[in-house]
Amino acid sequence: MELLNEIWQTARRNKLRTTLTGFAVAWGIFMLIVLLGAGNGLINAQLQQSARFLSNSMVVFGGRTSKAYHGLEEGRNIRLQERDIATTSKEFQNHIDEVGANYSTSGIVANGQEYISTEISGVYPNHTKIDKTEMLYGRFVNDIDIREKRKVLVLSNKQAKELAPRDYPALLGHNVKVGNIMFKVVGIYKDEESGQSEAFAPYSTIKSIYGANTDNAGNIEFTFHGLPTEQANEQFEKTYRQRLNANHEAHPDDESAVWLWNRFTQNLQMDTGIGIIRTALWIVGLFTLLSGIVGVSNIMLITVKERTHEFGIRKAIGAKPWSILRLIIVESVIITTFFGYVGMVLGIAANEYMDATLGHDVIDTGLFQATMFVDPTVGLDVCIEATMVMVIAGTIAGLIPAYKASRIRPIEALRAE
Amino acid sequence: MIHLENINKTYYGAQPLHVLKGINLDIQEGEFVSIMGASGSGKSTLLNILGILDNYDSGLYELAGVRIWDLSERKAAEYRNHMIGFIFQSFNLISFKNAVENVELPLFYQGVSRRKRHALALDYLERLGLLDWAEHYPNELSGGQRQRVAIARALITQPKIILADEPTGALDSKTSVEVMQLLKQLNCDEHITEIIVTHDPTVAEQTNRIIRIKDGVIENS
Repeated sequence: MELLNEIWQTARRNKLRTTLTGFAVAWGIFMLIVLLGAGNGLINAQLQQSARFLSNSMVVFGGRTSKAYHGLEEGRNIRLQERDIATTSKEFQNHIDEVGANYSTSGIVANGQEYISTEISGVYPNHTKIDKTEMLYGRFVNDIDIREKRKVLVLSNKQAKELAPRDYPALLGHNVKVGNIMFKVVGIYKDEESGQSEAFAPYSTIKSIYGANTDNAGNIEFTFHGLPTEQANEQFEKTYRQRLNANHEAHPDDESAVWLWNRFTQNLQMDTGIGIIRTALWIVGLFTLLSGIVGVSNIMLITVKERTHEFGIRKAIGAKPWSILRLIIVESVIITTFFGYVGMVLGIAANEYMDATLGHDVIDTGLFQATMFVDPTVGLDVCIEATMVMVIAGTIAGLIPAYKASRIRPIEALRAE
Repeated sequence: MIHLENINKTYYGAQPLHVLKGINLDIQEGEFVSIMGASGSGKSTLLNILGILDNYDSGLYELAGVRIWDLSERKAAEYRNHMIGFIFQSFNLISFKNAVENVELPLFYQGVSRRKRHALALDYLERLGLLDWAEHYPNELSGGQRQRVAIARALITQPKIILADEPTGALDSKTSVEVMQLLKQLNCDEHITEIIVTHDPTVAEQTNRIIRIKDGVIENS
């Protein structure tokens, strides 16, 4: 209590010095927390995006040849065919689990007076695993649907709302018109807001109704296993590509005849990217903290120098070295703790503000919608740790000049002015 | 009260300087003594040694029966706090503390409770006629008032001796007389041992005994 009173007196009589020290500390902590918060926001948004896709999955698209081969010129459009699906499921069983395909058509879905224009994707049951979809009501396309070519439809909640604005869950089990054909609504899924809304139907149904007169099989999608590293994936992609290219008389090394979208390697790359962002954030953050520490130690140095005469007086009238040392250290700790806390609270407040504003900002690119920042906050533990680091570093920085001041002989200190 | 025997002190700089060359001195309890000498005579060094602010190379120094030799900083601070009251030429008050807080400070280092030392400090200020100025900061006080605050601060621990280094050096002649009268009165009424270092003969004349120091030795008067 006595000591606190002493410190309060000095702090009050040296407002500028106290403010400057405090500012250095508060600013360091504040910047660190805001920086880490913003970084976390970016990273969280990325993770949320990628969480929608199963990481051990791949989608195969037909492309366009880039090399002439077997007397065929380059620039041919390649469309994946039934035999590619067969090749995929039969010849790569070591790694590939379930093979599905996706054949899309656009159509008009109507329920009485209400109608929507949408993309209808004919898919296999495994589609819901690969592109994670959350069912709100009913079920997804199943194996019996595929086998019996049932005319069933899975709508998004948004589409359902447009078709039945009053009570959209009631649409479940009802028949709707797709073009001139009746389809039964068997499920409603949750639209993730990023990505175009589409309706799902069994692959066999869509293919036989809308794609019967073409050899185009749409996209192939499958899940895989046993490819833990980037090299293994590259090796697999290479053999798989060569095999598909052979189906289409394309050069074995032609990388644009078919496109492979491997979510696993994409995730790996993103993880590396996120790792780099994290490291960069911490480095910048630590340097920010360091500048705060330098600020504190600089001011402590000046403070001690300025007060040498005062310490001389105190020593002459009976202050022991320890009481001088304690005075300086406790003062430094209290000032850094107090202002560190202020900086921490302001930083958290800034993050919360960012969360409330930018966190709900949806960027609409026309093709898809994305959130730039998701939960741009830092854990309280990190905040407290950063403040602790600052306090401890500030104390150590103050310790050296304080120790010198406590050791100085009173006559020398009294001479200093 | 003070017993000095063959005190030697040399400052080792670029040129070693033998400042005190065998000082022998005895001061009894209740004495009012002045130490006179030209600048460079070693009188300030002697005062610093008496005040345990500096150490000496050889000899014997006993203060109130306690041998002062090879003390740790902690012990020296404790002795200064309990046995010696300092009065400086430049007052040496702490600028961000008001009069009463300055007077309280030595008791703070003795661990005296806040209320008790505050009451005691006010008591001493009253005795020196400064009660109305207790809440004033040093820069709001005149030179004479500041020196009286410093005297109160020196007295509050009831020390064995008061050491005054040119106590009137920064004061005009009128206040000088007042401060000297005060010191004299303290000696007369309360039998406090006082040692005043000065080069001013009018100040020295008011003390009961004058010790002249020249080139590091005490001149026999």
